[in-house]
Amino acid sequence: MRSIQKNLDQFNAVGIRPVAISVDSPEESRELCQKAGYTFTFLSDPDLEAIGRYDLVHKGQGIKGHDISRPAEFLIDSTGTVRWRMLTENIWVRARPEQILEVAKALQ
Amino acid sequence: MEKPRFNWPIWVSLVLSIFAFLSYPLLFVNWPVTRDFPWANIALFVVAAFLLVVGVRRAFAPGRRRLSKIFSSLGALLSVLVLGMFILVAFIGSRWLPASMRAPQVSQKAPAFTLNDTNGKPVSLSELVLQPINGKPAKGVLLIFYRGYW
Repeated sequence: MRSIQKNLDQFNAVGIRPVAISVDSPEESRELCQKAGYTFTFLSDPDLEAIGRYDLVHKGQGIKGHDISRPAEFLIDSTGTVRWRMLTENIWVRARPEQILEVAKALQ
Repeated sequence: MEKPRFNWPIWVSLVLSIFAFLSYPLLFVNWPVTRDFPWANIALFVVAAFLLVVGVRRAFAPGRRRLSKIFSSLGALLSVLVLGMFILVAFIGSRWLPASMRAPQVSQKAPAFTLNDTNGKPVSLSELVLQPINGKPAKGVLLIFYRGYW
């Protein structure tokens, strides 16, 4: 998330809007954004509406034993088609912004 | 009989092991190079292991008191436990992820959704895809699903 914020200008320059999604409530996400200085869109999915549809539910893995999302990234073009995705096999390993920007530049 | 000496390598090794463990989630995750593979932490554990061997040899050298042997062994055991915990957290537990067989694939349609933003305002995927960015038409969105902090 930090690396997305750091590269936000570059994402915007290639016409890509980063959107973060988790089960955290809007209040919790707002607090996170204020503390960490994130200025891109954060969406709240406590009922697993999107997380379920994208088949990313990680059962019982939240701090309170609640269901959360596994880490995953999808690049979606303006027609709503998935153009790139990253389903990490290790929660510590994420896509690097340079990698995503490379794919984003090729979008129409 | 030798005067009892503080067996510092054992305890430095233990403190270093704990630091090597905690510094991964607290410090080294901040840089992709040290996060994708925990080189820095493994390097710290190697130094800790070296000190551990030195310390255990000191503890079991002739003339050391039995108490020193017991405490040094305990310290060494704790260091090894910390290393075990690190391996569990960094290499094993971190891979326990759902299979996500039905996750949308490249060139498939992304499932639609409408979720609240941080102001509690509902936002749909189709809006996000079409809204101009800094006055220019958007080319797409990058959805970043994350585990959440609460």
